[in-house]
Amino acid sequence: MTFEPADRVDSVPPSGIRRFFELAEEMDDIISLGVGEPDFSAPWAAREAAIASLERGQTSYTANRGKRELRERIADYEAATHNLQYDPDEEILVTAGASEGLDLAFRALLNPGDSIAIAQPCYVSYVPGATFAGIDVIDVPTRAEDEFKLTREVLESSGAADADALVYCYPNNPTGATMTAEEMASVAAFCRENDLLVFADEIYADLTYEHEHTSIATLPGMRERTVVFNGFSKAFAMTGFRLGYAMAPPEAIQAMNRIHQYSMLSAPTTAQHAAMEALDNCRDEVTEMAAQYDRRRKYVLTRFEEMGLDCFPAAGAFYAFPECPWDDASEFAESLLQEERVAVVPGTAFGEGGSGHLRVSYATGLDDLKEAMARIESFLD
Amino acid sequence: MSSRREILDLLRENARHTTEDIARLTDYSESEVAEIIDEFEEAGIIRGYQAVVDWNAVESDEERVRATVELNVTLDRETSYDDISDRIAKFPEVTSLRLVSGDYDFDLEVEGDSMREVSHFISDKIAPIPEITQTVTHYIMESYKEQGMEFDDHDDDDRLSVSP
Repeated sequence: MTFEPADRVDSVPPSGIRRFFELAEEMDDIISLGVGEPDFSAPWAAREAAIASLERGQTSYTANRGKRELRERIADYEAATHNLQYDPDEEILVTAGASEGLDLAFRALLNPGDSIAIAQPCYVSYVPGATFAGIDVIDVPTRAEDEFKLTREVLESSGAADADALVYCYPNNPTGATMTAEEMASVAAFCRENDLLVFADEIYADLTYEHEHTSIATLPGMRERTVVFNGFSKAFAMTGFRLGYAMAPPEAIQAMNRIHQYSMLSAPTTAQHAAMEALDNCRDEVTEMAAQYDRRRKYVLTRFEEMGLDCFPAAGAFYAFPECPWDDASEFAESLLQEERVAVVPGTAFGEGGSGHLRVSYATGLDDLKEAMARIESFLD
Repeated sequence: MSSRREILDLLRENARHTTEDIARLTDYSESEVAEIIDEFEEAGIIRGYQAVVDWNAVESDEERVRATVELNVTLDRETSYDDISDRIAKFPEVTSLRLVSGDYDFDLEVEGDSMREVSHFISDKIAPIPEITQTVTHYIMESYKEQGMEFDDHDDDDRLSVSP
């Protein structure tokens, strides 16, 4: 008997971003615009709260669903910032990152053989996560001419009406696209008409720059069919703490917790202490970081315009998604890396609809960002 | 929409931002940025532009000695805080002067080429001012953060170079 990957593992190809990562890692002195996490460290008060909790010896498991004090704060925060009302006892589950929550939803709320519509380009874990859970994937490629928004038209033409559930992320990684309340309402109508569950990844909800984020769960008839995912990684710059949460009606949270209690027991305790402090005392930092991203966003979009690079005005997260001037975006990204030592990620790494584009992350200090833009400009000349 | 305040914030963050870059970072055009900065300067809102220097990193023969000095004063009918501050602020050795609440009245920052020079300045020029009743001098031994800028924040960028 030897170790062979199980079929469900074998059926998932290695991440498209992997090869590019290996290439970039071998090179010194690169400026990377290929990073999907904040360049800021976690707010100091949150870090200090984590340290203090360790000093007090608070190193045991917590309740499966997460510390109640944390769930209460999450409920208050979501009510105040996104107009979402969830009961901390029955409707919130604290997870090890939003990614764990999504994985739980795939496995706990859908059956093998069910199908899920995945709005793409998207975060790299959705398709593999669904595949591991034995769920059939229906690709829903969004379009450049729609500024990568999810529309009724692409949902209909991709056959999403036959799906059991829909998963998307807005504000979007990798495109930086956002959805207005009106645009979200038409997606909601489609989901109600076709009786789809919705897994709404709202991890970038606090990073919008042109209009407020609208959670689909706030729209009529949607709360009962939606699981909302959020966490502390992006807005609070706490990626390494691995802390997220899922919000949904009690029966969904119960089912997800059934897996979570056996596979994870509870989300990291130290991180939960940091997160409580983050919600209590670090909101000004979130506002300040968002203001910095917004300036960089304007800078990058203006520079692309000056270079003659086509890019829609991405209004969320910390990504711009310009059209690649070459036919082959991977080749472009590789040459840019080798000749100018600037890393960007070809859109194909994020699934259907991403081809012909580049993900440019502006979660990078302004000095590096300026230098990177100058290098891209000289590369294009 | 950007506000004029944002231009102040950007200049406080880095006074060497060009007007072109500030325009790219905000919703203003380059000529609007130049105009707003002119207005800030004329209104005395922006008083100047200075480098933040970490003197520990400067070659030793160019060392600067800095001290903060607590000053206690007595006032009378003819003499106000403003009168006293006028006399003190005129000395080029004084780099900042603030009236503060608490145990003493003025908080003074002084700079010189040596400890001796700074001591002499305090004893010869400041202490003899008639309204001054007491001075307490604290030499700055190490500076960790100046004007919001941490000299070594130890927050290394340890992110993977490419991540999803």
